[in-house]
Amino acid sequence: MFRYILRRLLQMVLAFFGTTLIVYALTFAGQGDPIQALAGERPVTPAQRAYLTEKYNLDQTGVGGFFYRYFDYVKDLLQGNLGESLTGRSIGDILQQAWPVTVRLALIALAVAIIFGVTAGVLAGIRRASIFDNSTLVLTLLVLGIPTIVLAPLAQYFLGVKWQLFPPTAGSDPTFYALLLPGIVLGSLSLATALRLTRASVAENLRADYVRTARSKGLVKRRIVVVHVLRNSLIPVVTFLGVELGNLMSGAIITEGVFNIPGVGFNLFRGIRTEDGPLVVGIVSVLVVVYLVSNLVVDVLYAVLDPRIRYE
Amino acid sequence: MRVRRLAAWTALPLAVTLGLAACGSGGDGGSGGSDSSVVSIQIAEPKHLVPTNTTETSGAQVLTGLFSPLVDYDAQNKPYEVAAQSITSSDNKVWTIKLKDGFTFHNGEKVTSEDYINAWNYGAYAPNGQDSNFFFEKIAGYADLQGKAPKAKEMSGLKKVDDLTFTATLSEPYIDFKTTLGYTAFYPMPDAAFSAPGVLKDSYEQAPIGQGPFKMKGAWQHDSKIDVERYDAYPGEKPKVKNIEFRIYQQLTAAYADVLADNLDVLPTIPTESLSTAPSDLGDRYKTSPMSSFQFLAFPTFDKDYSSPDVRKAISMAIDRDEITKSVFKGSQTPARSFVSPVLPGYRENTAGKAGEFNPTEAKKLYQAAGGPSKIVISYNGDGGHKDWVDATVNQLKANLGVDAVGSAEPKFADLLTKVEKKTPVGAFRMGWVMDYPTMEDYLGPLYSTNGSSNYYGYSNPEFDKLVKEGSAAKTQDEAIAKYRQAEDILAKDMPVIPLRFGENVFGHSSKVKNVEMDLFQRVNLVKIEAAS
Repeated sequence: MFRYILRRLLQMVLAFFGTTLIVYALTFAGQGDPIQALAGERPVTPAQRAYLTEKYNLDQTGVGGFFYRYFDYVKDLLQGNLGESLTGRSIGDILQQAWPVTVRLALIALAVAIIFGVTAGVLAGIRRASIFDNSTLVLTLLVLGIPTIVLAPLAQYFLGVKWQLFPPTAGSDPTFYALLLPGIVLGSLSLATALRLTRASVAENLRADYVRTARSKGLVKRRIVVVHVLRNSLIPVVTFLGVELGNLMSGAIITEGVFNIPGVGFNLFRGIRTEDGPLVVGIVSVLVVVYLVSNLVVDVLYAVLDPRIRYE
Repeated sequence: MRVRRLAAWTALPLAVTLGLAACGSGGDGGSGGSDSSVVSIQIAEPKHLVPTNTTETSGAQVLTGLFSPLVDYDAQNKPYEVAAQSITSSDNKVWTIKLKDGFTFHNGEKVTSEDYINAWNYGAYAPNGQDSNFFFEKIAGYADLQGKAPKAKEMSGLKKVDDLTFTATLSEPYIDFKTTLGYTAFYPMPDAAFSAPGVLKDSYEQAPIGQGPFKMKGAWQHDSKIDVERYDAYPGEKPKVKNIEFRIYQQLTAAYADVLADNLDVLPTIPTESLSTAPSDLGDRYKTSPMSSFQFLAFPTFDKDYSSPDVRKAISMAIDRDEITKSVFKGSQTPARSFVSPVLPGYRENTAGKAGEFNPTEAKKLYQAAGGPSKIVISYNGDGGHKDWVDATVNQLKANLGVDAVGSAEPKFADLLTKVEKKTPVGAFRMGWVMDYPTMEDYLGPLYSTNGSSNYYGYSNPEFDKLVKEGSAAKTQDEAIAKYRQAEDILAKDMPVIPLRFGENVFGHSSKVKNVEMDLFQRVNLVKIEAAS
């Protein structure tokens, strides 16, 4: 197990450099004129242009210039310095402020997905073809069919503005209550998928030989379902939720924008919109690490759930 | 074995959640009680909060609270003194600026003429990389502060006379200098802002100290809000509200939802998506007021397809401006038939004359006679919500001129400008302009003169350049306006660009505030706004 984790960690280093290089190249190759982008629709004065060109080493052009800037960036990165955004703010500070908010939102969303998704999935799996099963099928298909970009403003309009059950936006230092509605919206998509996965998996395992054995042994149904079936059914669900957690941590660009939550997605979106290359690359580099780690955790969890899976 | 125990440990929380699920979700925490004396105003995250480095609306909105300008503009948009006692000149070249006594910075420091001189020199010094650098270019000695290693750190044109008086000598006479002093770049900065002469403290921007009606309450909370409170020692007109929160939004639609729910007090710009429903959603809290923005269609005049003024005039006559402002913009913009904004002293209606009138038959005749291109392309930036009106315009051109016409989106405005500068054929392209101070010169100079900073279309007419120059060097305002008007008449003849629309502030507010007014610069008037009782 230890050797396995070590090997994975080494692979992560490689993956990290590969992805940052690609992201760095994509971000900066796609930019027309970063200086003009920064100024918006205003003309840029020669003084301003000269200042920014020097500050961001933009005078080094071509492939050589690109690698010069990339290695400069990686050097800073390894020293724990994520650099500065084009507006002169430390990206480390930005992330430090944004992350706690995003993590809270992600945990709410994940809790919603687990509490409602897994429970309903188990119930639907046990009572196959019942009214409950069919109605959850319709509901989840509905949720899966509506993109967040529609669902979020709708929820905001009806629950926030019209009936005023929740605050329409979260804003600075959001309370748990303010994050609840965005959390539910964000979690509803994972909820639907988690429900479908759990249902399928439970339904299949209920027909397995070991369940029949357990039943013939005279075990109570509750114990069969909770201890035997559920544990074996959770493998695909855990995979999904683990990847989903990585997803949620990277911030939900749409949801955070609609509900004005100053999290990671909010900042990433601003970076993309204002062509703030350093900000985009800085955030994405950290997100890469989050993804890699959450994937590793998922893989290790497999072994925990299913003793037949062994790593060496 | 260790693995198995771990499994039991993970199974427990799951079992707990299963048990809990039956009970449904628990109660909610209480929502934060809001202090009714705080008025909240939507802004976007400002780029900077240093006066000489702030050129966008959000930053400028915050700074209007923290600083008091030398001059402000009256209902006719003529400048009047605020922080200045008098601004005079006998030759429009050497300007004497006397400050009012009694202004103090929020840290108690008395405002002196040196605070202005230091701030302006800081802004003009090129290595500081300030966005407003070019606003100081008219002051004598500005050139010495430019380049990588400037010769001087201070402009020779700025001289202190006494604590409350200083003179600004310009490199050449400029009649509108007093008008320009209302701009954000000309605020003073206190000694406390500098760590050494000419070196700004990093921390200054996080909590700027000004001499205006409001002072910072805590520091700038990036991405969330900026709190300010009334500064009681302010000698000018006292604000009616005690606290203002500038709340930072990423998307206007989120702010709009908050205004509807009375969660946000002022939304300075109603998002385009909500323009059609806003009047009924907000009722009498939906407001419009004049603003200086000017949208126009520019032509690469160096391209032989568009080099004939008649072709440009014909295209202009084939566009039904009234229809587009009504159907696409729901009346939130007004049709433009002149080359400068209607908010300016000296503006005249319909200076474009016949070329500004919608006349499809005449347009087609003129277009064919002048030999216009068989395909017209209109390029625009895809990120600015321009697609709808470009499509409408293109359809009108197709129908009225009998030519093929298409809209072509570039991802960003910067990409579009880069292409135009490289003379890549992009066809006609959209441009916009918002003034920095209310003078005709602020439109004529940058947009249409040969060396204008925003003249991307290569228009050049020596006669026009001469008139603008004579106007800004004129002795009196009337004389200046007469010259500017003559210059505008030349534009009507040459038609280098097609005026399309003038903008308006379209804003809304909650039921908790009243007397919400916005100025020509898209900023909320912080002194006038009141809480509704």
